[in-house]
Parts: sequence; structure tokens; C-alpha cells
Amino acid sequence: MSGSLFTQDARTKARNAAERRFRTYGLGAIILALLALVWLLISIFSAGLPAFRQTFITFPVKLEESVIDKAGNRDPAAMAKVTTVGYGKLLATALEAEIAAKGIDLAGVPPKEITDLISQESAATLRNMVLADPALIGTTVQFRAIASGRIDGYYKGRVTMESAALDKNTSPEKLRLADNLKAAGLLATSFNLGFLTMPDASDKRPEAAGLGIAIAGSFMMMVVVLVLSLPIGVAASIYLEEFAPKNWFTDLIEVNIANLAAVPSIVYGILGLAIFINFAGLPQSAPIVGGLVLTLMTLPRIIIPTRAALKAVPPSIRDAALGVGASRLQTVFHHVLPLAMPGILTGMIIGLAQALGETAPLLLIGMVAFVRDFPGGLFDPAAALPVQVYNWTQRGDPGFVERASGAIIVLLIFLIIMNTAAIILRRKFERRW
Amino acid sequence: MSLSKISVSTLAILAASTFAASARDQLQIAGSSTVLPYATIVAEAFGENFDFPTPVVEGGGSGAGRKKLCEGVGEGTIDIANSSSRIKQSDIDLCATNGVTEIMEVRFGYDGIVFASDINGADFALTPADVWGALAAEVAKDGAVAANTAKTWADVNAALPAQDIMAFIPGTKHGTREVFDEKVLLKGCEDAGAYDAFVAASAGADEDAKKEEAHDKCLAVRTDGASVDIDGDYTETLARIDANKTAIGVFGLSFYENNTDKLKVATINGIVPSVETISKGEYPVSRPLFFYVKKAHIGVIPGLKEYVEFFLSDDMAGPDGELTAYGLVPDPELEATRAAVAAETPMGPLN
Repeated sequence: MSGSLFTQDARTKARNAAERRFRTYGLGAIILALLALVWLLISIFSAGLPAFRQTFITFPVKLEESVIDKAGNRDPAAMAKVTTVGYGKLLATALEAEIAAKGIDLAGVPPKEITDLISQESAATLRNMVLADPALIGTTVQFRAIASGRIDGYYKGRVTMESAALDKNTSPEKLRLADNLKAAGLLATSFNLGFLTMPDASDKRPEAAGLGIAIAGSFMMMVVVLVLSLPIGVAASIYLEEFAPKNWFTDLIEVNIANLAAVPSIVYGILGLAIFINFAGLPQSAPIVGGLVLTLMTLPRIIIPTRAALKAVPPSIRDAALGVGASRLQTVFHHVLPLAMPGILTGMIIGLAQALGETAPLLLIGMVAFVRDFPGGLFDPAAALPVQVYNWTQRGDPGFVERASGAIIVLLIFLIIMNTAAIILRRKFERRW
Repeated sequence: MSLSKISVSTLAILAASTFAASARDQLQIAGSSTVLPYATIVAEAFGENFDFPTPVVEGGGSGAGRKKLCEGVGEGTIDIANSSSRIKQSDIDLCATNGVTEIMEVRFGYDGIVFASDINGADFALTPADVWGALAAEVAKDGAVAANTAKTWADVNAALPAQDIMAFIPGTKHGTREVFDEKVLLKGCEDAGAYDAFVAASAGADEDAKKEEAHDKCLAVRTDGASVDIDGDYTETLARIDANKTAIGVFGLSFYENNTDKLKVATINGIVPSVETISKGEYPVSRPLFFYVKKAHIGVIPGLKEYVEFFLSDDMAGPDGELTAYGLVPDPELEATRAAVAAETPMGPLN
């Protein structure tokens, strides 16, 4: 059949239609994926961004010597006997006095309940402040107290007058008093640095819960993973790729590495519990154990891209090096490894990013615990970022929902930084032959 | 960093890890997720006000906590197991085999178990018999045993709202489920007269076998979707109720008290659950909360006894303490428990 180039015959039309259909499917798939991503990000950010802001109440506190240091001799042991309950009363009196001095309307809140507006964490903060610097006793300090969870939630839209009327932990009167305090300039919402630096807090004070220990714990684990898996992974890859004879045994190892990379991560948690804690006697909840478990998990995921990077170095480079008299070791370390380094680093960073976001194996080795003291070393108890998210979603107080989403945002930011670094490294140093 | 430096630091870490477990100075606690919020509140205040570090508190469930407690004596094992049900003979035997011979039992209060539905939903005035009648797999009709066909709550009791039966109850791994089984299902089964009907209808060999079969039948919940086991936490139950406004869920009292703006509580036998009605014994569905202390660790792990005493102090578990404000029902016999702790009396055999 003959025809003009400008009129399409039936078969050409059908082929062109098939191509158009396929493009539409592809575009549809991408739009669907993007919509899912946007929906996920919107839900996380709308729930989590408030965690980065915090309501504070600032008022002068007179540090009465008669309350804090009855004996008046600044003896640390005697001063430590005054508990947070004593400091809490001091704060309550000070806030009440300030409200009276400024002539702020109590809006029907009984004077005894004014203290419900500030977090219980404040008493502990004040106590630590005084114990660290006894010279403050007797003076008046301008104290910035964290507002309690419900008051904080009111300024973030989580708590309304209607829900407060039904809530046993607060009342519409308290919210009105908070509004009055705001009008008088005592109460303000500002950036919440404490969310990134403070330790976890109990169910009674969600407003004081922070990611400090989780970030420290995750960082320590990443250091362990990096220090262990980089040399082991690279050495194993170099041996397998450059030196090992090709026989059934190395084939077996290869199959096993590929398998291990696909093993569910919880299996490594079970292994870690059995080996590192029950057999080796390492402590529970410690970053060292978390790091070791994550190292086991990450190793195959690093060996595979490292071997690929080594394989991508053209044989001509090896031949040339060997040809001018280099030994095989010199060939590898002077020529092949430097050329493969960008690929290895990229694989390493992506492996680390996967390890950072891993939750399941950490649940089994006790990283899911409530830890409030910052770890002094790898053997002290700590938390981890993804586990902290899991932990907070199980708490009863609604304030923790916001904290959990905020923690997801922090984790996402770390992951984006790491993955971007991997892409930049690859772009900058990648060589093509 | 050169490769040799990296390998040296690797070796250093490996070497350090083999000489692990330097003296532990913080308490380690694990167990019930119901007790967890109370334990974290106490741990937090303990860390703030004492010279000891803040104890590390882990969840994981009552049974798992007791098992960990019984793993042995030494710094690698936990000091305290939180438990929302009493220790079992099997746990004590396991403890004894592993050298944990002396355990102190500390009952620090009670927890109420409440039925609650969406805040904008209908009011529920339940009795154990209503709940059992709605959720049981088989009911007794005119003395004969038949499959449960009730569709709405009004089918069970005409005084209840005519909305479909949909209940989220704790899964079988929860300590809460034991109490739910015993104080609601079994009680309701007996109140409805079905227990006797089950015994009568049983084909068991002797009286004991018949009773056992009847007992099991009383606890069997329907599997047609009207009753859903929740294996997660109360937050999951809350989310399910949020998505299903006509459903009713089972919660701990303290969880409900912290979410009163979202949940409406049901009365049982006309009694509204609260710290007062439970401590007076008027509200029927409650259970004691415990923690178990490894006596061999007192004096070895710093702060163990101080923590236990602080937990039981008036500031914490007392009638006006922090824990009561959070929803714990105070134990009227707290004074006796304090005396037992002061004397470090280990628990006797289970009775």
C-alpha cells in the first residue's frame, strides 16, 4: 500500500496511539505518586510544625532564702533537700504576685489553680538554675517558664474553648486568663529550641518533651556504624572483587550478601539481642548495641554498591598499572580505589541514611525506653530518633501527637541532608569512561 | 582519615565492646504499658530531686517485664518489673531457676477500666450483662444455647441506643483483657444466667469439665466483626473510635481522664467511673497495679530502695499525689506496703 508521508496509514496510527497511551499511563503514575507525597508532607507538616513553636510565660521570681535555703549557709546538700514541689510553690506565688501587681483579671480562675498555667518542668529548671548558681538566692530573676500543654495547645489551635470546657485538665477560664496574660505581655509564643535540645519528658508534661537525647543517641549510633561498616565493607568488597578466586565458595558468599541485604531488619534486632546483650553482656538501651546491630544491617547494603563501584573502574586502568610494574595491592590502592571512591561514598551515605531511619531492630534491644539523662558515652542508655517517634505516638496526652510529627520532620531533614550530600558527591566526582 | 586510622579505631571499639558493662548506676525498669506513664512520672521526679540518675523505663508488656526480671541477678538484668496483673507461679518458678529467689511485691494503686465512645455520640448506661450480651459469641435464649444475633445495642437491652454494636476491646496479649474477661464478660455471663445454661448444655465428662467449658464459652467473643481486638495501645483504640463514631472502646481511666474532650464515658451499673468511685469500690471494673523489685539488687544498684520509697510517698502514689492527679486510684493499704518496703520483706508464696 502506498501513500503520502503526510497521511498516516492505519498501522502507524495504531502505533502512535499506543505510544500516547503509554505516555498518559506514565504521567498518571507520576501524578499519583506526587499527590501521595504532597498529601503525606502536608499531613506531617501541618501536625508537626507547631512543635517548633512554644508558648512561654515570663515573670519575675523572687528567690526567697527562707524557702530555698532555710539555714542560710548555702550548703549544697541542705539545698538539694528542697524538692521541685518547694520550687513549684515559689513559682506559683511569684506568678500570682505578678498578676496582682499588673492588675490582670483572673477571669474566674481560683488563685490556687493559676499554677496550672505553667509546666511542671519549670520548677525543675528553676531548681537546677539555683543549685548551679547559689549566688542567685535572695535576688529576683526574670524567669521564662514553659506554659502547660493545654495552654500551649490553645495558641496552636489544638485546644479550643469548646474542647476546654470538656477537658478535665484545663478550663475555658484558664484559657481566658492566658489571653489576659498575653494582652499584658507576660505570655508569648516563640521558637522552641528546647524541642531539639531537651530530653524526653513524662506524660504529665508533653510541652517539655524534646529530641535532645534521641538526636545524641542517633548520632552516636551513626558514628559506630560509620567507623565499623566503612572499613569492613570496603575491605570485603575489595577482596571479593579484586583478589578472591572465582569459585563456588565466593559465589556462595555473593548470593548470601545479596540475600542479607533483603532480610527484614527486625531479624537483625533479634540477632543483636541474642549476641550482643544476652551473650556478650552489653548493656540494654545503649548506642553501642544499636550501632552494632545497625552495622550488621548496613554491611551488605554497603558491600553491594561498593563492589559495583569497583567493577565500574575499567580493566584498562588495572592493566596499565600492572604493566608499568605495580603490584596488585598498589594497583588497587593507588588507582582503582581512588577512582571508585565517589561511588563508594555515595553507597555509604545512602546506607547510613537507611540505618538512621531504622526502627524495628532498635525496639528489641531496649532503645525504646524512657531516658532522661544525656548519655555520657556509647555504653549509657539513650534513645534514637525513629524510635522516639514510635514512643510518642503511644502516649495518652494529645500534645505528644504534635511532638511525634515534629520529630518526623527533624528525621526527614536529616535524611534529606544525607541524600543530597550523596547526590552532590556523585555529581561532582563521578567519572565516566 | 586514612584507612589505617579507621582500622585502628575499629579495633579500639571492638576491644571496648568486649570489656563492656562497666558498673551500672541508673535503675532499669521494664514492663506493663499501663504502668509505664506512672513509672515515667515517678522516674522524672526522682531524677530531678535525688542525687541518683533518672531511671530508664521501658514498656513491652507485663508478661515480658516479669520474664526479664527473672532472667537472673546482676547488672545486665533489670531491677524492677512493672505489671498490671499479679505475678504468676510460672514466673516465680522461672525466677527461682535463674537464682532470683527474693522478689518484693509492691502494689501501689488501682487502675479503672472504662467504656467510652465519641464525645458527640449517644449516652451509654451499661451493665456487665449488657456488654456480654452484645459481644458474646453464643448466648442463652430461654435456657437454650444459640448464636448471638443481636445487631444493635437496643436488641440487647431496650434501654440502650438503637445503634449498631461495634466494640474495640483490648487484644489477648494485654493485661487489660484479663480484667475485661473476668470482671465484665464472666460477670455478665453469670448475671444473664447463661453460665448455668452453658453448664447444663455441656457435654463434658464430669462437673469440672462442664464448668470449664461454660467458663470458656462465657469468654468467647463474637467473630462477625462486631467486636474487634485491639493489639496496639489506647491511642489506637482512640483513633478507631474517631474513625467510627458509633463504636465503643475500652480504655484505662487515666487515658480517658487525659482525653475527656474527645471521649464520653459509659456508666456501669449506673456508676460513673472516677478515682473516687473506684477507690470506694462502687465502680466494678478495676484492677490492682504492681511492680516487682529484685531484692538482690538493693544496695548494689544505687537508688533502688529510694526509688521504691519515693514511688510510694505521699507526693507520688498518695491520695493527693502526682499519680492520683494523672488518674491512678490510690491504694487504701499504702501504709502497709510502705512498711513492707522499709523492712525489705520479700513476697511469700502465691495463695
